[in-house]
Amino acid sequence: MSKFLTASIGRKFVMSLSGLFLVVFIAVHLGLNLLLIFDNSGDLFNQGAHFMATNPLIKIMEPILGLGFIIHIVWSFFLEYQNWKARPVKYAKKNMSGASSWASRNMLVLGGLVLVFLIIHIINFFVKMKFTGDPLLAEVTINGEHMHNAYALVSSAFINSAALGVFYILGGALLGFHLSHGFWSAFQTLGLNNKHWLKRWKVIGTIYAILIAVGYAVIPLYFMLGLYK
Amino acid sequence: MSILDSKIPEGPLAEKWSKHKAAIKVVSPANKRKLEIIVVGTGLGGASAAASLAELGYKVKAFCYQDSPRRAHSIAAQGGINAAKNYQNDNDSVYRLFYDTIKGGDYRAREANVYRLAEVSPNIIDQCVAQGVPFGREYGGLLDNRSFGGVLVSRTFYARGQTGQQLLIGAYQALNRQISKGAVEMYNRHEMLDLVKIDGKARGIIARDLVSGEIKRFGAHAVVVATGGYGNVFFLSTNAMGSNGSAAWQCYKRGALMSNPCFVQIHPTCIPVHGDQQSKLTLMSESLRNDGRVWVPKKKEDAVKLQKGELHPNDIADEDRDFYLERRYPSYGNLVPRDVASRAAKERCDAGFGVNSEGKAVFLDFKYAIDRLGKGVIEARYGNLFQMYEKITDVDPYKAPMMIYPAIHYSMGGTWVDYNLMTTVPGLYSIGEANFSDHGANRLGASALMQGLADGYFVLPYTIGDYLADEIMTPMADTNAPEFAEVEKDVKDRIEKLYNIKGSKPVDYFHKKLGQVMWDYVGMARNAEGLQKAIDMIKEIREEFWKDVRIPGELDNLNPELEKAGRVADFFDIGELMARDALDRNESCGGHFREESATEEGEAKRNDEKFTYVSCWEYKGEGVEPDMHKEDLVFENVKLTQRSYK
Amino acid sequence: MADKILKKLKIKVWRQKNAKSKGKFETYTIENISTGSSFLEMMDILNFQLIEEGIDPIAFDHDCREGICGTCSLYINGRPHGPDTEVTTCQLHMRKFKDGETIVIEPWRARAFPVIKDLVVDRTAFEKILQAGGFVSVNTGGVPDANTIPIPKDDAEESMDAAACIGCGACVAACKNSSAMLFVSAKVSHLAKLPQGKVEAASRAKNMVSKMDELGFGGCTNTQACEAECPKSISITNIARLNREYLRARISE
Repeated sequence: MSKFLTASIGRKFVMSLSGLFLVVFIAVHLGLNLLLIFDNSGDLFNQGAHFMATNPLIKIMEPILGLGFIIHIVWSFFLEYQNWKARPVKYAKKNMSGASSWASRNMLVLGGLVLVFLIIHIINFFVKMKFTGDPLLAEVTINGEHMHNAYALVSSAFINSAALGVFYILGGALLGFHLSHGFWSAFQTLGLNNKHWLKRWKVIGTIYAILIAVGYAVIPLYFMLGLYK
Repeated sequence: MSILDSKIPEGPLAEKWSKHKAAIKVVSPANKRKLEIIVVGTGLGGASAAASLAELGYKVKAFCYQDSPRRAHSIAAQGGINAAKNYQNDNDSVYRLFYDTIKGGDYRAREANVYRLAEVSPNIIDQCVAQGVPFGREYGGLLDNRSFGGVLVSRTFYARGQTGQQLLIGAYQALNRQISKGAVEMYNRHEMLDLVKIDGKARGIIARDLVSGEIKRFGAHAVVVATGGYGNVFFLSTNAMGSNGSAAWQCYKRGALMSNPCFVQIHPTCIPVHGDQQSKLTLMSESLRNDGRVWVPKKKEDAVKLQKGELHPNDIADEDRDFYLERRYPSYGNLVPRDVASRAAKERCDAGFGVNSEGKAVFLDFKYAIDRLGKGVIEARYGNLFQMYEKITDVDPYKAPMMIYPAIHYSMGGTWVDYNLMTTVPGLYSIGEANFSDHGANRLGASALMQGLADGYFVLPYTIGDYLADEIMTPMADTNAPEFAEVEKDVKDRIEKLYNIKGSKPVDYFHKKLGQVMWDYVGMARNAEGLQKAIDMIKEIREEFWKDVRIPGELDNLNPELEKAGRVADFFDIGELMARDALDRNESCGGHFREESATEEGEAKRNDEKFTYVSCWEYKGEGVEPDMHKEDLVFENVKLTQRSYK
Repeated sequence: MADKILKKLKIKVWRQKNAKSKGKFETYTIENISTGSSFLEMMDILNFQLIEEGIDPIAFDHDCREGICGTCSLYINGRPHGPDTEVTTCQLHMRKFKDGETIVIEPWRARAFPVIKDLVVDRTAFEKILQAGGFVSVNTGGVPDANTIPIPKDDAEESMDAAACIGCGACVAACKNSSAMLFVSAKVSHLAKLPQGKVEAASRAKNMVSKMDELGFGGCTNTQACEAECPKSISITNIARLNREYLRARISE
């Protein structure tokens, strides 16, 4: 196995598997957050958030998820460095646009920007909910259960700052671009591809990327446009 | 005894090879390890020989001027490889392949060699399949065959339009396997510049490392030359830019005889020469003639308009088109053999009916086939070729006829070898296109690949043992021996001489001039006066070359101009010998057409009474006329008849 | 259809005396080139001109000039084999360029392909990869009849698709990571699709990939640039097959 992980193909497997793991997380995360726009009392979202914060299985998954992110990110820098070294003298004139997509050539840039977004996102919500707390998170009681008012924190953030909303829409778009290449690429790396599936994976990947980008844009837009009223 | 002992075994034709194999000596495995063999060239012949000899246990050193053995020009062969497998149940047999080859070669090849070639041909296909060559197959999973020009059975195996490439990759894989085992030492980007003999035997070569410019010595117990043909003497040919006759020519200068040098094949379907900037001609597969119709305009005024670009070929009505092959050869039509088709095209163009701006092209029209079969069928058959044609000429052959013209393609002549493929220098072997042995005066389509692999896989590995068995006590060649030093000095002197001319004109200037003379006088139609003129003109150009060539760059660095200069210097000599040989052979046979020896209708006329021999030229020194020896060809199994395609 | 004359072109080309020296770009002017000439014929004319001017001609690799030997390289205007698809540099024609244009010519750039001189690079790395396992271990002779093992036509065709690789290195040159995965996967696929090659499929994949990594090629990030620039349109699905073969080989260790 050590041989496998030091080989170029093995290393790519790590990127691919961690990436697919994050793909699943992103979908779950979006599903949960969409609860924000289906119940403007906030109860539904608060219940969802409470479930995620208390369920033992999710608790186990949380550090694994963190690890997934770290592996995917750290590994990408390492691999990119390896790849960068493979061409010590660069070309003076490049014209790669016809041969490959911009996203595929700039996964590190896209991933890096998503990472910046992620850090701000975590500081904005996750850290407050989990560690520091916030006045807006004052406890509410739904169906006799006490929980944080996560809805208040999120909704007021978007209602009060259009800039934050735009920032989130951009973040979603970046993620979408990242996935437009990352999704099918993961299957290619795992060897789960052939001449038929190449097209299929790409279609599925594109649809997924658009759903994620649109899905994550809908939430801030919902609050920015005042649809919650 | 003459210096020519062909060593053809006694006995019935079909038993000669097996009897010979049983009679020749074999080297024990323990002794093979002590014997070194140099193989120069890594095309089908060289790569297959180097791999097979290494598998047997010999220590092999292999050389190629390219950056990889895989790039040898065998790779460019398109159509296929013949083998007498009779998989199609169409009554093919070893004898039939033998007969077709002898007849196709216009009765100027050795019966025994050709029969052996046909005999081992089935083994080649087995070998290639085992190596993983992806031959074309039927839906049932068995191998498919194609038909090819000049024969009545379907015996050509193919891998799309890239058969040469796939066979070479097969041989290259086998070679790589031996390189990885350390059994073959591979020298890429090395060019053989001379042969070293010790006590009259071939014991090594001098080669130039093309990257560092270093002149190196390599010793061995035997040297195998598999360096292909000399078609580039014409400057424009379908050969690769680097293909050259120099290694074989150095062997000639060191005592190996050169046979039938005037036999070169001119392929009828090449993309015509374009302007004066052209560097190389591209072949369009012979298979196109299966569905394309060859024509020129009937009216000269139409031809003139076409030449000026004032008329589109599609605007010429059918009744104003001269389908001259169908007119002259009603029974074979567009499928006459290569030499006949080439000469007919030249005849029309010389008469002023050529259709491109230079007046040196004829049409190959698929309109009729598309009307008959539909575009889809034609696309499935020739899609790749049509695409290639369009990329080069910017003309869409689905909409307008292709333009084609004959071009130099293959050299049937080459180093003289005996039945063991050994030259007149003991220990020096010549295989594949480099030797003269199997194709007579004209080679059939899909037979070059067959010969290269037959020699390399199945003939040389046996026959070389007969010589090496007596060499087991000979120590490794000492490259410090005075013989090596002497030849190395010759090589260095020659390179320095060339380099120090510091004239005013690049090598290509002279090469183009030589090529023009060769094409005009030693090309498709030859006559005594023209050949004599060619000899004189070549001498003049050579003299000018040695006075005025400019070689830039350094001696101790990669220097393509220096490489070219050395090759072109030899081309002058090869060209002259070709003209001399053509002058001697006052008959028309195969690719060699002497205007003095033609029927009333202008068809080729052989003269069996006087010319049923192989001409074998012996080098007599710089500026001295070579001697000619004759190996009489004896036909015990076939009856000589005049070829007719009417 | 009719050929035109490009009156004037500027050729900006990488000049480097040898492997050790530092190179730089030089710009030359060339006049009256027919659009019907091939790119390498243009280079010949330029070299002819340089020799007459007493300048060392530009070294570049080329041989068959019909797109099959894989010798020619050249990174032209930012693309391997220049601005056309499914062609090698020797098949590229001048009609793809405009009068007055500056054409930038660079060698293949990769750590594993060091420059030898000017535009000539050393592709020995490809040789070493193939020597590591790109073959079927059979000796000459003693093999079964060619029709002993039927091979489904589709498998043979797929094998042939991969075997069409000419080993030119455009995939490496095109890849932003200088990865050789398309080259390696083409050879692995060519043999893996045939029963004769299956026997050694596992060790072949392992040995060739190890050698590839050792020689300093980058990793594959599936940008597909290799496929787009491959003169023989070798598909990246071969890379998926290599990934699969490799995984299988390592798992069964």
